[in-house]
Amino acid sequence: MKVRIWGCRGSLPAPGPENYRYGGNTSCIQVTEGDTCIILDAGSGIMRLGRFLGPTVKEVHILLTHLHIDHTMGLGFFQPLYNPNVKVHLWGPSTGQEPLLHRLRRYFSPPLFPVKLSELPMHPEVHELGDEEFSIGGIKILSQFLCHPGPTLGYRLTANQKTLAYIPDHEVMLGSSDFPHDPEWTSGFEIANGADLLFHDGAYSSKEYVGKMGWGHSSIRDALLFANMCKVKKLSIFHHEPTRTDEQIESMYRDAVREGNFGFEIEMCAEGNVYEL
Amino acid sequence: MPAQPLELILARQFGDSLNLPMFLVDPEGNLLFYNEPAEEIFGLKFNETGGMRLEEWATIFKPTDQDGNPLTPESLPLVKTLSTKIPANGEFYVDSLTGIRSYISVSTFPIVGRTKRFLGAMAIFLKSHEV
Repeated sequence: MKVRIWGCRGSLPAPGPENYRYGGNTSCIQVTEGDTCIILDAGSGIMRLGRFLGPTVKEVHILLTHLHIDHTMGLGFFQPLYNPNVKVHLWGPSTGQEPLLHRLRRYFSPPLFPVKLSELPMHPEVHELGDEEFSIGGIKILSQFLCHPGPTLGYRLTANQKTLAYIPDHEVMLGSSDFPHDPEWTSGFEIANGADLLFHDGAYSSKEYVGKMGWGHSSIRDALLFANMCKVKKLSIFHHEPTRTDEQIESMYRDAVREGNFGFEIEMCAEGNVYEL
Repeated sequence: MPAQPLELILARQFGDSLNLPMFLVDPEGNLLFYNEPAEEIFGLKFNETGGMRLEEWATIFKPTDQDGNPLTPESLPLVKTLSTKIPANGEFYVDSLTGIRSYISVSTFPIVGRTKRFLGAMAIFLKSHEV
């Protein structure tokens, strides 16, 4: 799998020269394996992705973790949606109540957006997900609900014995008993267990988290403990706060790695990063 | 080891934060968790026992009527909720392993996940008095 980061900022796009290193676009990751193109979340980063998608791509699968605006705001600006030669599949969490299609229509309607879903040249195919396993092309995928306000999924993508885990918005401390000592009772464990590369929410410092419990995000320290419990090979901290500058993100990284030797690689995710799994 | 679904994890977290006895069971009736106040009813510590299979905890938790006659499983609220997937309630006596007899009131409700998946049930007790 080839993995490219088009956005790793949380909550709100944060353009500006002080954010040059880590980027300002919100959640969007492209995963390609052979002819299969999967996009994880449709944050503002998906606009640029759409411009760079090759003309040979005829089918795209967008897997939404949830429908918070920072994960969907780029959808209407994704050029392939206006290309009748490209089939777009939208996957996202089921609620068991209102269909995903209806919830997506809220975005594709005034005053949020002028174009309706029904006005697109080819209506995207919508797929609802819960805790389940399925495949797209040569990629095996596991989706599971996670601890975050509203229906929110994490995704585990496996191909050629390599696994990527994507958990961009996750309050692991609230979704765990006796954290980090009880994997069976920890939200997201199966998604991340033994992953070669884990993207995980690390929005806050430990001090900030105390005042933001219940908001649905994790501290960097909890992300490290979670990754350690899951025995991942590499952790990429995701969902940088929009107010955080490059300098501050790097300072948080230095504080995090100073806390101990975790036995796996740790980085702060940056827009433009590319990984080969 | 497969992890528990989020709904059960959060149910356990909720129960763990209550000062009322609480049991959490899976759809087969296996005991997944009981909180600290429930330890008093059992006479056991969850940290020592962990979860228990149905046949195991059914030998410990023996509800009776006023005269000490065992109640049929079908008459117990938790069993009703597991079989019908609807809330139930009831009152009965239980003897703990430490020999304390209590009169308790219990309310049970099903745990049905977002995708309408039936994941188990939760029972919340109120101990009226020790006999």
